[in-house]
Amino acid sequence: MSNASSQRLARLLALVPYLLARPGILVEEAARDFGVTPKQLRKDLELLWMCGLPGYGPGDLIDLSFDDETVTVSFDAGMDRPLRLTATEATSLLVALRALADTPGVTDTEAVSRAVAKIEDAVGQAQPSGVVIGLGGRPGVAETVQRTVTRAVDEGRALRIRYYTASRDAITTRVVDPKRVLLMDGHSYLDAWCRQAEATRLFRLDRVDEAVLLDEPARTPEEAEPVDVAGGAFRATPDQETAVLELTQDARWVSEYYPTDERTELPDGRLRVRLRYSDRSWVVRLVLGLGGRARVVEPLPLGAEIAERAERALRLADELADAR
Amino acid sequence: MVSSARAERLVNLVLCLLSSRQYLTADRIRGIVPGYATAPSSEAFFRMFERDKAELRDLGIPVETGRNSVFDNTEGYRITRPDYELGEIDLEADEAAAVGLAVRLWESPEFSQAAHGALLKLRAAGVELDLSVGAAVEPKVRIAEPAFDALRAAVENGQVVTFRHRRSSEPEPDARLRTVEPWGVVSWRGRWYLVGHDRDRGATRCFRLSRIVGAVRAVGEPGAVHRPSDADLLRIVAGSADPAPAPEPAVLWIAADRAHGLRRHATTVGGREVGGTPGDVVEIEFRSLSSAADWIAGYAPTCW
Repeated sequence: MSNASSQRLARLLALVPYLLARPGILVEEAARDFGVTPKQLRKDLELLWMCGLPGYGPGDLIDLSFDDETVTVSFDAGMDRPLRLTATEATSLLVALRALADTPGVTDTEAVSRAVAKIEDAVGQAQPSGVVIGLGGRPGVAETVQRTVTRAVDEGRALRIRYYTASRDAITTRVVDPKRVLLMDGHSYLDAWCRQAEATRLFRLDRVDEAVLLDEPARTPEEAEPVDVAGGAFRATPDQETAVLELTQDARWVSEYYPTDERTELPDGRLRVRLRYSDRSWVVRLVLGLGGRARVVEPLPLGAEIAERAERALRLADELADAR
Repeated sequence: MVSSARAERLVNLVLCLLSSRQYLTADRIRGIVPGYATAPSSEAFFRMFERDKAELRDLGIPVETGRNSVFDNTEGYRITRPDYELGEIDLEADEAAAVGLAVRLWESPEFSQAAHGALLKLRAAGVELDLSVGAAVEPKVRIAEPAFDALRAAVENGQVVTFRHRRSSEPEPDARLRTVEPWGVVSWRGRWYLVGHDRDRGATRCFRLSRIVGAVRAVGEPGAVHRPSDADLLRIVAGSADPAPAPEPAVLWIAADRAHGLRRHATTVGGREVGGTPGDVVEIEFRSLSSAADWIAGYAPTCW
């Protein structure tokens, strides 16, 4: 049985009680709530009209009345309540709610706790789940930055931020139109329209050195594309470059922290990976910092640049030592 | 292609089983529910009926099997209302907002779909839930670990698991076989861990899922694992991280307008020219001198 058809069956079973609770609802609104097109919803309603109780006479079938763009259930054939939640549905909701309840500063934890109790009561699942989520992020966000950013999102106001871009090792000041703050992978990000880049960007809050609330409303242009965070904050794009590195055991952590693929195990516990990066200076700093624990296999000019910088650093060290 | 005839038959089957207090035999059902009239033979009917029952059960519909009396020689089927129906629920506006935020938390297809399934049913129970209500902070949780599903299933079934796990610096071929009584799967600072009793070491341990090599195998009887009632899984994971060492001061030279990543954590205390390059002397505190050395070396030759 395909996923699409079991999703449809779930929707059909939920539709009658849903409509029963909302007499005269707009078909369009119901479609939106069920995440389908109004056309699909009408098809579903036509199908339900053919269903009913044994006997299947006029008085046994589900009866719906349409009026302009609205719909009302006049006979529910005994389907007046939704199906109970499956174990996975209850888990997905309760694990998420318990995480919210345990994390101050995200939302009203007292309201979350009440919601947890009511849902546990309705679904009859009170035992602790096997999945637990800690939403607390890593430390490092300045409290004043956190406060100012939250206020800008709440009040829908523009912000001026001084921001450290790690890939380019540069600090810039820019005006952004905040949309929301995302808490993801242990970091807080400001999701905002950046007027300088003229694009939607994620700004890691621990890299915001200063945030000033502006006296103008946030205005995200129509063409702004929402960020897709399904793959995490780092998104692979066609303009990124790649380098092949050989990592010794002590440097294997690189493959866990940064986007790598084509992993190959080599003798002596070494690992070869292809690393994706958006700024060359970033990969230069990474490999220099790894000292002898990483070797650039390709591109060759990258390896040469790093070697040249390391040599200059050694000469400089001699001069510093002489000066002491 | 999604067959409307099949969907219609399944809805009718649910309504029929819900409306009957008696167990209905397959043959009775064949005679009652209109969709089965098309089955050309008994064999074809039973195949259809088996698939239909499986689909209903997959959706979580409690199709009960039983006999109405000891004299019945064939089993029948029914759905009892208290087992089928979601309990009464009514949420205040702030509670509904929290549920909306919880539904949007998942960035993994399986859980996201399940949460939306739950949302659908809550709405069908009359609860008003608006997903477009903004929140100041939106948490997002991803599950990109191949080991996740098997471990979660083992936790739910209370089954011991074995898997190969490597330490951070260990190459995959060196991963060691572990036998663990799993208590739970925990997300901590964006990473997933298995928490449980490590049978080889006889102690509570955390295993990062991304360092599990190959497949997780459930071994032994379901129900064999008992998680201690006082185990706080999140605290176990948080406590397994090394405590942050005390900060140590350092003085660096940084070339003018370079190494901004370091400068934003440092205080400039003077200027100095080195080898003809102007720069600043800065004071900075490091938590770990060895990782600080790597960090500084990354800025070579503009920082020393």
